[in-house]
Amino acid sequence: MQVCMTNCPTLIVMVGLPARGKTYISKKLTRYLNWIGVPTKEFNVGQYRRDLVKKYKSFEFFLPDNEEGLKIRKQCALAALNDVRQYLSEENGHVAVFDATNTTRERRETIYKFGEENGYKTFFVESVCVDPEVIAANIVQVKLGSPDYVDCSNDEATEDFMKRIECYKNSYETLDETLDKDLSYIKIMDVGRSYLVNRVMDHIQSRIVYYLMNIHVTPRSIYLCRHGESELNLKGRIGGDPGLSVRGKEFAKSLAQFINEQNIKDLKVWTSQMKRTIQTAEALGVPYEQWKVLNEIDAGVCEEMTYEEIQENYPLEFALRDQDKYRYRYPKGESYEDLVQRLEPVIMELERQENVLVICHQAVMRCLLAYFLDKPAEQLPYLKCPLHTVLKLTPVAYGCKVESIFLNVEAVNTHRDKPEPKLERKTRSQETAGQPGEGN
Amino acid sequence: MGQRRRGSSPVTAVVITVVKKTPHLWWEIDLTDSSLFFSEKCSIWGLEELKYSSSSGRVCMTNCPTLIVMVGLPARGKTYISKKLTRYLNWIGVPTKEFNVGQYRRDLVKKYKSFEFFLPDNEEGLKIRKQCALAALNDVRQYLSEENGHVAVFDATNTTRERRETIYKFGEENGYKTFFVESVCVDPEVIAANIVQVKLGSPDYVDCSNDEATEDFMKRIECYKNSYETLDETLDKDLSYIKIMDVGRSYLVNRVMDHIQSRIVYYLMNIHVTPRSIYLCRHGESELNLKGRIGGDPGLSVRGKEFAKSLAQFINEQNIKDLKVWTSQMKRTIQTAEALGVPYEQWKVLNEIDAGVCEEMTYEEIQENYPLEFALRDQDKYRYRYPKGESYEDLVQRLEPVIMELERQENVLVICHQAVMRCLLAYFLDKPAEQLPYLKCPLHTVLKLTPVAYGCKVESIFLNVEAVNTHRDKPEPKLERKTRSQETAGQPGEGN
Repeated sequence: MQVCMTNCPTLIVMVGLPARGKTYISKKLTRYLNWIGVPTKEFNVGQYRRDLVKKYKSFEFFLPDNEEGLKIRKQCALAALNDVRQYLSEENGHVAVFDATNTTRERRETIYKFGEENGYKTFFVESVCVDPEVIAANIVQVKLGSPDYVDCSNDEATEDFMKRIECYKNSYETLDETLDKDLSYIKIMDVGRSYLVNRVMDHIQSRIVYYLMNIHVTPRSIYLCRHGESELNLKGRIGGDPGLSVRGKEFAKSLAQFINEQNIKDLKVWTSQMKRTIQTAEALGVPYEQWKVLNEIDAGVCEEMTYEEIQENYPLEFALRDQDKYRYRYPKGESYEDLVQRLEPVIMELERQENVLVICHQAVMRCLLAYFLDKPAEQLPYLKCPLHTVLKLTPVAYGCKVESIFLNVEAVNTHRDKPEPKLERKTRSQETAGQPGEGN
Repeated sequence: MGQRRRGSSPVTAVVITVVKKTPHLWWEIDLTDSSLFFSEKCSIWGLEELKYSSSSGRVCMTNCPTLIVMVGLPARGKTYISKKLTRYLNWIGVPTKEFNVGQYRRDLVKKYKSFEFFLPDNEEGLKIRKQCALAALNDVRQYLSEENGHVAVFDATNTTRERRETIYKFGEENGYKTFFVESVCVDPEVIAANIVQVKLGSPDYVDCSNDEATEDFMKRIECYKNSYETLDETLDKDLSYIKIMDVGRSYLVNRVMDHIQSRIVYYLMNIHVTPRSIYLCRHGESELNLKGRIGGDPGLSVRGKEFAKSLAQFINEQNIKDLKVWTSQMKRTIQTAEALGVPYEQWKVLNEIDAGVCEEMTYEEIQENYPLEFALRDQDKYRYRYPKGESYEDLVQRLEPVIMELERQENVLVICHQAVMRCLLAYFLDKPAEQLPYLKCPLHTVLKLTPVAYGCKVESIFLNVEAVNTHRDKPEPKLERKTRSQETAGQPGEGN
């Protein structure tokens, strides 16, 4: 149970010239809010324009005196706002991120009124950047590959896009400390060098500001892996605080070698406070930090049992867990949902950091991975995180590149897929016996 | 750097060492591993190593110390912010100390005469004030470089760029990261309220009437105004700072360098000065309380249910505006809240400390079954972690979001548990870690906390429903060495 984030829905309105990172921020913020359990959706007006105007011709569409263009763009904005209204007022969305340039005070006024009429709190996020290198890099990262420029060379695309930016510049009215003093907003300057924050109204806005102030765009990679195979893994038992098995120790050495070969600049290493991750980190021979919140999910009364023993001793619990693995809480233990809440500071610190290796546990790794790969709650508990495999995550464009590196030391498989829904009703003995081949 | 201790001496010798140095316990010696590896749950680290790795698993806050420099005209809340921030940082485990230059001045110039001391052309005054600033900086250096402090808060006006330059250089010379916190406010009502709250009672004005004091103080502010150079977006673009405007209406944040600065900014952006009260209480007496057993998830006893009704009545009588009610996710707090008949929010992080293997035991049973654990807990109750359970130190870490949200909120009633309540209370009353686990939080008693001046007023209201006493004081240190049986029997009157 988190703090009640919003009494009324929140409308986040992006503001800024093209290539200032609005869509990057929208997507990242949406991903974060969904992960912490706040239903959020982004609405990219450019996408509405692409759906309406099938083929993009040139920057001339965006000229301030292009009547036809203006008409279409306004139509798209209104269509997007309509979908926002449906999401927030009819579909139980909590936060909508309205991603468009919104560079004039007049446009923002329209959106603010829309928010007021519908009972939404409006929060503006403006990105201001004048550094030509940053803008050029953005264009390379996300514009050259845009559907708008699918038939252009890179040079043609860049030239057209720079002219597109010019179309907006004359009418651009940045959020002003005096003129906009009654609005709630954050103004992000130079990719996070400084921020101006005005009238934060509630908890969710405070969390959004904190998150936006911690993210950065410096290239780096995050390495996620589990501890080496443990003694309890070998016995098919869950939880506990066992040490590494022989193969687990081999993995630790392989991990050390792998890390050395990767030649990572200023790598930070994090572990949990359980023996198996600490022993794994020890083999690396570098300083590491222990986080209690990285400890494996607490299986409560089921700690150190095998799945068979759980099914035998707690058949109801066993069945309930398979029904809703994300929300299911072990008696006297935790749920994946609880895990996400305790891992939030880890995610926040991962956002602040650069190169990090996190040596953790199966359920914990699933939660972290779901954050980076934007996997919803239903899929999270079934993400594959096998032992002795490092996942290297590298942010790229609007998402994350994943490389999976198996370090060539065998280990048991601890993964349980979501059981198939049972097609026919079975007798009780058939169900608990777990007969294969009959819809199990 | 960050090396783990490895023992090569015989096991028994190592065990004695551990017991002496590491009261916080949940250790295992891996006898199958010839390198004699310790589970890192025990805190063998000296403070030096804490800077690289934290045994309680927090992010390493600072590689080098942080010097926070307050900036602003008088009566802009600098000391209020300094003290509050210092309290928060210490509570989350970052050793922090504030250095108020005005206090140095009061110590040097025994008797304050008038605002004329602060006139910009008063040579004598300027000399003394500079001397005080340097003395304070010297103490900062001693605290951060010799006494293992992590953060120092330098509380003075620091209103000229020149003065800030001096301090910044001082920070650089000593290897500190400098972070400026400026408070800018032009609202005359806010300034007048500040003067009433904290200036009229100042030692400077002990012999003055309120009107005399206010008049003098307003002239004191004037002395600074002409030379005031606020932090500027362009001129100061390379400094790390937060500029707080109009008591938190807006903020300008520039060049946040590391984790601790990020946390400081987040904290400063969440605090407010709107008058309100925080009510803390425990659940009603539970069935396990009656049996002298700790933890578990029991329901309320008969008297506990009575308390819940009394609490509902008390809350009604208080007539509190927009009261929020929070509970844990354990039955006994939820049942207590149910009696109030108002909406409430459940926080899992408000659950009682997890006593691990000792859950649902009596203290006698713990002493019998885990005598070593029992003794270790009394040695360092704050850091001691129950096997498969938690420590008070862990509790503080998981309660930090509660504190942050309490800062954001206004009137709140938190129905929680003994150890949890001790942690929250220690934050509001600035109690150090050694005292925290022994704070008195009896059942059926509401503590009403109201921020006032630089601190917190506490009213304790016993709701007149009897309950068992669950408090254990810190045992007296044993004066003589006892036989083992004498110790475990817990004889009263013999230093227990």
